[in-house]
Amino acid sequence: MSAVHVPSLTLPGPPDGPGYLVEARDVVKSFGETPALRGANLSVARGEIVAVMGPSGSGKSTLLHCLAGIFKPDSGEVWCDGQRVDRLDETKRTKLRRQCFGFVFQFGQLVPELSTADNVALPLLLNRVGRKQAYERAVYWLARLGLEGLEGRRSGELSGGQAQRVALARALVTKPTVIFADEPTGSLDSLTGEMVMDQMVDSARAEGATLVLVTHDARVAAFADREVVVRDGLVLDHQIVGVAG
Amino acid sequence: MSQTSGGPTRAPVLTQSIHSVYTRTMSVPNVPNTLLGLLEREPSHGYELKREYDNYFGRAKPLPFGQVYATLSRLERDNKVSPAGLEPGDGPDRKRYTITDAGREEVEQWLAAPVDPEPYLQTVLFAKVVLALMLGREAGRYLETQRAVHLQQMREVTDLKRKGNLVDSLLADHALFHLEADLRWMDLTEARLSALAKVVSR
Ligand SMILES: Nc1ncnc2c1ncn2[C@@H]1O[C@H](COP(=O)(O)OP(=O)(O)O)[C@@H](O)[C@H]1O
Ligand SMILES: [Mg+2]
Repeated sequence: MSAVHVPSLTLPGPPDGPGYLVEARDVVKSFGETPALRGANLSVARGEIVAVMGPSGSGKSTLLHCLAGIFKPDSGEVWCDGQRVDRLDETKRTKLRRQCFGFVFQFGQLVPELSTADNVALPLLLNRVGRKQAYERAVYWLARLGLEGLEGRRSGELSGGQAQRVALARALVTKPTVIFADEPTGSLDSLTGEMVMDQMVDSARAEGATLVLVTHDARVAAFADREVVVRDGLVLDHQIVGVAG
Repeated sequence: MSQTSGGPTRAPVLTQSIHSVYTRTMSVPNVPNTLLGLLEREPSHGYELKREYDNYFGRAKPLPFGQVYATLSRLERDNKVSPAGLEPGDGPDRKRYTITDAGREEVEQWLAAPVDPEPYLQTVLFAKVVLALMLGREAGRYLETQRAVHLQQMREVTDLKRKGNLVDSLLADHALFHLEADLRWMDLTEARLSALAKVVSR
């Protein structure tokens, strides 16, 4: 974790974690009686690609949703770029999500009746970017991900791999600081999944975006810079001591 | 994984690196440490040790008596085990061995150290997990560490693959699928640790 970029000294950063872009500190979140997170800690540096692994039901998605300001934790702190995300009111959190974050989920994120270009332009339109510019950027991103010619296609008619690449274009079009991806290849075959991962990692790096990637698939996690494991609502940290026979 | 300038092109580096993962011979359990582990469980004779070893770790390849006694004398010379008493009669089995503190230390270090993440190492991993459980040690921790080492290797192979050509990809994929298989075995084993502990404990 070298060359960590510190945003600005005047920003109120976490007391002893300067340089991390995204942080969860002792995050607790329950759904009724079900504890999903029991004091989870995670620190992600700017530009890092981190895979969040762990068995199903361990709390990976809940952690991602807390980091992304979609869920408000019951207790603990969530930091992003020097801001306490968990303390923002709903309006500010929505704004943060729209302007600074990009999302790629397993499926169901595109509006099927709209064209791919409409879907990709949508986040920009919500951010009050002008129509012309929004569509220009949408077309640019679709082309960059090898989807030229599909601009007018209804999203509902796309193949699984195409739909995930359109979702990726939509996540990238706002030039987000952080991309949150939850099982982005979960519904794809190995080869298609690999292509989506290749594009996701390459474009995150090219754009300088930080990527938090939830996956239970080791082959997908191997695209990241490092991995953390969530188990029973806690993030395990393991240290590699040495290798012996 | 850095590429020295003026050196060979990327593809040979990849092929060589993945090849090195692949040409290692199939792993066998580390016999001295496995016997030590069994001795930590309880003092024992060579014959009993062989029976226990074959039962758990040597189903495919039983341990020859000669190797048991040779290993025990080496362990005794290195102060990892000591004779717990001589019983009347003839033959090598008169000696009962007990583990020393140095021996215990050796077992601990061996169990705690992750294995090189080569494919087909299930014999070693299996021996470590079963012994750790027998000895009431944190098998889960060892598996976590091993997981991290395996994933590190998968990251390196993935990185090389992304930089290589299609032929390299094929080789890389073979390595990746096998490493993944090991990982899935580790995940499943981890999920079953408490049930396994009951089976191997007594
Ligand atoms: N919206 C929800 N309502 C009730 N329980 C939930 C909800 N979301 C998650 N949970 C529960 O919280 C735990 C963690 O879930 P989740 O974060 O989705 O795990 P993962 O993504 O690792 O599979 C599980 O026990 C799950 O059933
Ligand atoms: Mg999930």
